[in-house]
Amino acid sequence: MRIDLDLVEQWVPQGARVLDLACGDGRLMRQLMDQRDVHGYGLELDADSISGCIERGVNVIERELVRDLDEFADNSFDVVIMTQAIQVMKYPDVILEEMLRVGKQCIVTFPNFGNVRARLHLSLRGRMPVTKKLPYEWYNTPNIHFCTVADFDQLCRDKGYEVLNRVHLSEQLFNRQFGQLWPNLFAETAMYCLTKAAP
Amino acid sequence: MSSRESRGSVGIVEPKQISISEPLRLSCGHTLDNYQLVYETYGELNSDASNAILVCHALSGNHHAAGYHTENPDERPGWWDSCIGPGKPIDTERFFVVVPNNIGGCHGSTGPNQVNPATGRVWGPDFPPLRFRDWVHSQRQLADQLGIHCWAAIIGGSLGGMQAMRWSLEYPERVRHCLVIASAMNLTPQNIAFNEMARKAILSDPDYCDGWYQEKGTRPRAGLALARMIGHVTYLSQNQLDERFGRELREGTFERGNSLPVQFEVESYLNYKGGQFAEDFDANTYLLITRMLDVFDLAREYNHSPAEAFARAKCKFLVMSFSTDWRFSPDRSREIVKALVQAGRDVTYTEVETDRGHDGFLADIPRYQRDLAAYLNRVAQETSDAN
Repeated sequence: MRIDLDLVEQWVPQGARVLDLACGDGRLMRQLMDQRDVHGYGLELDADSISGCIERGVNVIERELVRDLDEFADNSFDVVIMTQAIQVMKYPDVILEEMLRVGKQCIVTFPNFGNVRARLHLSLRGRMPVTKKLPYEWYNTPNIHFCTVADFDQLCRDKGYEVLNRVHLSEQLFNRQFGQLWPNLFAETAMYCLTKAAP
Repeated sequence: MSSRESRGSVGIVEPKQISISEPLRLSCGHTLDNYQLVYETYGELNSDASNAILVCHALSGNHHAAGYHTENPDERPGWWDSCIGPGKPIDTERFFVVVPNNIGGCHGSTGPNQVNPATGRVWGPDFPPLRFRDWVHSQRQLADQLGIHCWAAIIGGSLGGMQAMRWSLEYPERVRHCLVIASAMNLTPQNIAFNEMARKAILSDPDYCDGWYQEKGTRPRAGLALARMIGHVTYLSQNQLDERFGRELREGTFERGNSLPVQFEVESYLNYKGGQFAEDFDANTYLLITRMLDVFDLAREYNHSPAEAFARAKCKFLVMSFSTDWRFSPDRSREIVKALVQAGRDVTYTEVETDRGHDGFLADIPRYQRDLAAYLNRVAQETSDAN
C-alpha cells in the first residue's frame, strides 16, 4: 500500500461520491468502497490497470485525461482524487480546474521536485534527478510537469483555491523530521485537499 | 469430439422450442395470440434460478450461439463459441445461458418465413413491424416459462446490446447486470443509409416478388447477397482488409497484353460471404430487422434524455467498444457511458484496441475476453454469495 493512499482515505467522508482520476488498478477505489462506503468511478487509460479494476469490482471508465471532464456535471462528486499523476498531465492546471468544477473538493498528491535529493542531483551532478521514486531518464519519463511544494502553493494562490488540508510525506526518517518544518526542501510527496474559494 | 471438448466447448447441443400462448401485444398495435420461440441453453440453472444469463443475438445471429449440432468435424460452432463454454468468459460451468432466436427472425421462431395461423399462409411481407421492446417482452415471457425471475446478466453485441439496454428500462427489477458491447442508443444517419442500401438491394431483386418469394418457390438470393455484402464490409476495418486481402488478385493479371477480367481477393471474399448468407437468411427478416434498427431510439420516450432513461434502470453496466469499429464507433459507446454516469448508475467502460472493426465483438481478442471474464467472474461471485 502506498503511504499516501491510507491518508487519502482519512480525508474522504463516509458515503461520499468519488471520482478517482488515473485510478490505476483500482486499489484506492476498492479501499474507499470497503472502508468508506463510497460510490464512484475511476478513470484510467492503461489496459492492464483497467483489468485490475474490473477484477476488484471497481467502476472504471477507460479514458484519456487531457483537458476536460465533460461527461461529468458541475459539483456531481463530493471528492475528486488524483494521486501521483498531476505531473503526467499535459495541462495540469486545466485538469485541476476541471476537478474543482465536477467535485466539491479535490485531493491531489504529487512528488515534490524541490526535495533536497532532487536539488543535490541537479546542482552537484548537473544531471536531471533520477531517484527510486522517479526512476526515469529525462527522455522517457511520463512525468512532464514537475513542480515543487512552493510552486503548487503559488498555483493555488493564483487560482484562488482554498487549501483545506495539506500534508507532507516522507519515507526517509531524516526527511520526515524536517519535512514539516521545511516541506519544500524535505517533503518527498505532498498531499493537498483543495476547494474553490467562494467568489 | 475430444478436440472440441478440450477447447472448452459445450459440445453437441439441441435447440429447444417453446410455444407461448400468453398474447403478445406488439408496439404496432397487432397482437400475436401465441408464438413460437426457438432457443438454446447451455449450463445448468441453479436452485434459486439466480445464475441465468440471457444472450441477445445480433442482426445475422440466431439461437445457436455455442457448440455444435452434429458430429460432423467440418461443422462450424455457434456464432459466439469463442465466449460461451466451460471455462470461457460466459462460463457454462457457473451460468445457465439462454439464447433465443428472436421473433421476426428466420431460424424457427415466429417470423416472416413461418406460417401465419390466422391465414394458413406464410407471413411473408405481412409480418407486423416490430420494435425492440417487442423482443424484450417476448424474452420476458420466455424467462417466465423457464422460471427465471431475474437475469444475473443480459449480454448483447451490436443490436443485441440495444436489446440489453431496452431490458434494463422495461424490466429494471429483472436484470442485475447489463453488458452492452459495440452498440449505440440509436443509429446514425450513416447507419440508416447503409441499411437503406441493403434494403434497396433486396427490393430490387425480381425474385423478391413483393415479399411473396417463398410461396413462389424462389428466393431473392442476389439481392440478399448484395445486402449482406454492403453490411459485411462495414463491419470490418480498413486495416483488417489491407492485411487480409491487400490488393491481391484472385483471378486475372495486371500484365499488359492481356484482356482477361481481374477479380480482387476482397471481391471474391465478399461475394462468397454474401452468397453464403443468402442461402441461410430470410430477406423479409433482413428488411424487418434493419428497419427496427433504424427506428430504435433508447431515450425517445424519456424526453430524448438518455440520462432520464437510465435513471429507470437498476442494474450495473459494462459497456465495451472496439477501436476500429466505425459502424458503432467508440464515441457511440461513450455516449452510453456519459448517460449512465449522469444517471448515477454503476458502469465500467473499456475500449478494446483491435483492427477487427465492428465484428471485434465476435472475435477472440485476448484483452476483450479477459475483461469480459473478469466482469462475469464478479457476477458469478455475487450469485454464489447470495446463495
